[in-house]
Amino acid sequence: MGQTGLSIQKRHPIGYYFLSQTKSLGVTIMKALQSVIEAYQIRRQFPYFQPHPEMRSLIYLDNAATTQKPYAVIEAVSHFWAYHNANVHRGAYGVGAKASEMYESARARVAQFLNASNPNEIVFTRGTTESINLVAYSWGMSQIREGDEIIVSEMEHHANLIPWLQVAQAKGARLVVWRITDDGRLNLDDLRNLLSERTRLVAITHISNVLGTVNPVQAICEMAHFAGALCLVDAAQSIAHMPVDVQAIGCDFLAFSGHKTYGPTGIGVLYARYELLQSIPPFLTGGGMIRSVDWDGAQWADPPAKFEAGTPPIGEAIGLHAALDFIDTIGREAIEAYEHELTQYTLQRLQEVPGLRLYGPQPDRAGIFAFTLEDIHPHDIATVLDNFDIAIRSGHHCAHPLGDRLGVPSTARASIGIYNDTEHIDALIEALHKVRKVFGYA
Amino acid sequence: MLETLYQEIILDHYRHPRGRGHLEPPKIEHEGANPLCGDEITIELRVEDGRVSAVRFSGQGCSISQASASMLTEAVEGKTLEEVRQLIAQVYAMLKGESEPDPEVMGEIAALAGVRNFPVRVKCASLAWHVLEDALRQVNGSSQ
Repeated sequence: MGQTGLSIQKRHPIGYYFLSQTKSLGVTIMKALQSVIEAYQIRRQFPYFQPHPEMRSLIYLDNAATTQKPYAVIEAVSHFWAYHNANVHRGAYGVGAKASEMYESARARVAQFLNASNPNEIVFTRGTTESINLVAYSWGMSQIREGDEIIVSEMEHHANLIPWLQVAQAKGARLVVWRITDDGRLNLDDLRNLLSERTRLVAITHISNVLGTVNPVQAICEMAHFAGALCLVDAAQSIAHMPVDVQAIGCDFLAFSGHKTYGPTGIGVLYARYELLQSIPPFLTGGGMIRSVDWDGAQWADPPAKFEAGTPPIGEAIGLHAALDFIDTIGREAIEAYEHELTQYTLQRLQEVPGLRLYGPQPDRAGIFAFTLEDIHPHDIATVLDNFDIAIRSGHHCAHPLGDRLGVPSTARASIGIYNDTEHIDALIEALHKVRKVFGYA
Repeated sequence: MLETLYQEIILDHYRHPRGRGHLEPPKIEHEGANPLCGDEITIELRVEDGRVSAVRFSGQGCSISQASASMLTEAVEGKTLEEVRQLIAQVYAMLKGESEPDPEVMGEIAALAGVRNFPVRVKCASLAWHVLEDALRQVNGSSQ
């Protein structure tokens, strides 16, 4: 158990040891040293990873689908529902005021987390999908005209694709596809050729939920703006894994979900520049989003209330607040550095499995690994892994056009979170060898 | 437990599917899919004198869905429509765990009983049988 070229420190059931990784030299080592994350200590903060009669001990590698929830989030939500529950922005009684204050404090926390200049640029939604639909229906349906063009990349999740297809079809606009390179990246020169005076929007994912590609969203937004278009960033897969600063990125819209950030389901965020929120019509209408109403019509409340018709997900917003606190306690730079190291380790180990084909760029990528193994169907891979208590996803990952481009309707996908460590990856590799055996590959 | 799911006979049907292909018309054709997992099965069959005289399947998906379709083609060819309907009901009962498979009746299909330990895979095994069941509904209304 010598200490050689430290990259990831972890605790083995019988003691500490350090994993040697010869490639990790220089800057990488320094980064890792500065940001030693002990995954076992992080797992302690999650009931999901503690022994319980209803739980079977599981290696959870499906974080791109959803993340587990720390005690802090679960306790924040249950504390709100137990002691502070009231509707927001309504009751004149003290409890109602407290609930409103907690809800608005969650909004301010999100603004701070994203480095938005104003909490009123944060709209709470049910998730990334609803956030993007809000932009598509409010901004898209009111601003897009016949002959306009919307650019989406070939690696978009359906959530950032179908709403734009809908807008394009309804308005006679054209959806322009930014194709990926053979190694699963986006080439900025290709974007330059696609942009024109007809372009109204570039809708782009920050990190691909299949390929793990980290897109240069800052440059993309800059190019979109130069062409006179707006830029929407789908941050569902990046928000919990790296610093995301809307002012640095320069995006006009950014969307993410609470449940992929160690927070609750049913809560999502749309960041939009305040002038945009002011200028576009509401998405859903009803209570809570009007200034005044009579039989002739209604006047909308100021953003963000204008976009939050009905009772919002209050407890969920408070849970999201706790989740962002949880993430920042670890530190987003530290998380990024740790997951980068674990990603490099995973890439290296996946290469050891004969017949495994990994999709997406290498080595610079996020911790999302879509792969096929020989001609074994991904569902069969997932079933065998499940039998060894390893949870991964299999299927098309809600990205049909990307599957067509890659020539595979279905892949298996492992994706890491802050509580995973090299031991989990070792178990995955061992189980993949067993998958081969079950299907008759030596 | 894995051995009960991925039995030799199932992997053999997956690797060497029986009845994979297409029929010339006249035929009844029906397709079905599990949209969540992407399994797709199309069944083509010909009914003559109240019997399934020929049956083929095509499609793509996991080992269980494809092996089940392969077994289906072997099992139903030559059977009367009534026998086929009974068999479908028996397969459903077996997959749901409502009855133990009778090897005399079920033959190799009995191997699919292993999915009962893997609830998420039951729909893989049942897909081809649902497609067949739907295809047979067309028989009543057709001239065949």
